[in-house]
Amino acid sequence: MSDTILALENVSKYFGSVIALQNVTLRLKKGEVHCLLGDNGAGKSTLIKTLAGVHKPSEGEYLVDGKPVSFNSPKEALDVGVATVYQDLALVPLLSVARNFFMGREPTKKVFGITVMDINYAAETARAKLAEMGIMVRDPHHAIGTMSGGEKQCLAIARAIHFGARVLILDEPTAALGVKQSFNVLKLIHKARERGISVIFITHNVHHAYPIGDSFTLLNRGKSMGTFTKDNVTKDEVLDMMAGGAEMQTLMNQLEGIQV
Amino acid sequence: MNSSSVHADKLGADGSGPAQQKSAPKDERVRQEGSLKRFLGRPEFASLAGAILVFIVFGFAAGDSGMFNLDGVVNWMQVAAYLGLISIGACVLMIAGEFDLSIGSMIGFAGMMVAIPTVYFHWPFWLAVMFAFAGSMALGWLNGYLVVKTRLPSFIVTLAFMFILRGLTLALSIMFANRTIVSGVGDLAANDWLGSWLFTGNLGSGLFRWMASHGWIAAMSNGQPLVAGIPKVIVWWLVLALGASFVLARTRFGNWIFAVGGDANAAKNVGVPVKRVKTSLFVFTAFCACLFAVLQVADVGSAAADRGLQKEFEAIIAAVIGGALLTGGYGSVIGACFGALIFGVVQIGITYTNLNSDWFRVFLGVMLLVAVLFNNYVRRRVTEAR
Repeated sequence: MSDTILALENVSKYFGSVIALQNVTLRLKKGEVHCLLGDNGAGKSTLIKTLAGVHKPSEGEYLVDGKPVSFNSPKEALDVGVATVYQDLALVPLLSVARNFFMGREPTKKVFGITVMDINYAAETARAKLAEMGIMVRDPHHAIGTMSGGEKQCLAIARAIHFGARVLILDEPTAALGVKQSFNVLKLIHKARERGISVIFITHNVHHAYPIGDSFTLLNRGKSMGTFTKDNVTKDEVLDMMAGGAEMQTLMNQLEGIQV
Repeated sequence: MNSSSVHADKLGADGSGPAQQKSAPKDERVRQEGSLKRFLGRPEFASLAGAILVFIVFGFAAGDSGMFNLDGVVNWMQVAAYLGLISIGACVLMIAGEFDLSIGSMIGFAGMMVAIPTVYFHWPFWLAVMFAFAGSMALGWLNGYLVVKTRLPSFIVTLAFMFILRGLTLALSIMFANRTIVSGVGDLAANDWLGSWLFTGNLGSGLFRWMASHGWIAAMSNGQPLVAGIPKVIVWWLVLALGASFVLARTRFGNWIFAVGGDANAAKNVGVPVKRVKTSLFVFTAFCACLFAVLQVADVGSAAADRGLQKEFEAIIAAVIGGALLTGGYGSVIGACFGALIFGVVQIGITYTNLNSDWFRVFLGVMLLVAVLFNNYVRRRVTEAR
């Protein structure tokens, strides 16, 4: 168990009479990409928010580095290195790349005794860190609104890594992206793993999850259908479990010629 | 179906290769943007261009009327400076995504907070000024607190305060002084250490006398210069503009202001204290309104309950002409100052021409409309993904 950085053990979450999660167990190994798959309404969002420190589990344990934790806010999760990149990315389109990168954590220096923001450092660091991730930024002073969706996603991930994330929780990072941009994000996840960062990659797209993932946890209607490593499951099996194989098969028969 | 796993293998093999391929064309796309285009995209551009246009127009229309003599310049600069003070506050608040419609009423109220204690309670002027600043900033804080706490649009909350404060100004001045114009503050202000140091008189009067004695600037028949110096309001305006620009561009707090206005939720998620930023800017706006009032009371020597009427709109118009977006997250204090300058030049300049001064408002409306259209275009350029 020592190689497990973060774990949910038999976690349940209730909202009044609604059972959002029931007895879900998820163990994230150090340096792996763990895909969390599930269709809409499977409880992915609740699980993310539980991991991120927004919700507390109603039952069960949340362990980081083998020790039980109880986060009161996302900030506390961030402090132990669990960073969540939500779909809205927490980026401000009118602000520059550098200012977005350091938003809320601006580097400062003293000039004539006045504390000012170290804009050059921010720009250089943002450019360097993004370059490390394979994103070339010509001018870090450009507004982020001009970047593509994929680049923004990459920037949000690079930012989380720069500020000391050990565990990256990515909420559907490829959901709104085109083919090539999704590919760039996947590449970035790969780079994060190379640096020893553990990633929880939430998606409902098996084609994005399977190539990059080391292990897969499937959620269906609030319950975990088990965790599989890449060795003992094929993409088709994952897809079947996710969509409910028989149901999907009938659908595919109806729509002749469609392959997913 | 296997194609994605092939991709995965490629990922491992040469992860950096495609990135460079991708970045190369993007660089060119960035470089295409020349320095002129970039300048056109600055928030200050519209107001700077507008100011130049206005100078050209009045240069032709009123060039020989004395509008651009030293006394004329000081005249319209003073008008611009008063408006500039509050447009700086309105601009910074707008960048943070909020409005304050109570600026004008705050001017009237703050003026009374200075004048009534000085004249009727015989407080020293400096104490009344401190009282006015404390009172205004507390009201500004209340504005901000209500907006942040209730999450109502600041438009509604401050609209309420626009009426509350105007009504209070009238009611309280009747109650304490039994009149709506309180005069006789001028001498008290000029003889007070704080008043004479910061609020009354001019800066550089020695220099102006010296220049007049050499005949470099216009002098009256007794040898005194026609313009005694730079009015303190202009100095305040410049200091406040430089200070606010510096904070916006170069400090953490400035970054927070832009972040909060651009996307409050995103800012909150990365740890920016959104509520504190917004509340403090409401306090700053109230400070600007109070500064306006104190300077005016010290200069004119009286306070009146209808002072500052509609000034909130003029301040917002100046900020919008200066490039601030109504939706927040974008704008420039320097731009707002040019906006205020346009106001001053047109409002005073129109009296130097043969035009009826009623045209001033027409011009204002047109200017506002053009500015908003232009800003919209700039925003689209800046934010649209390409």
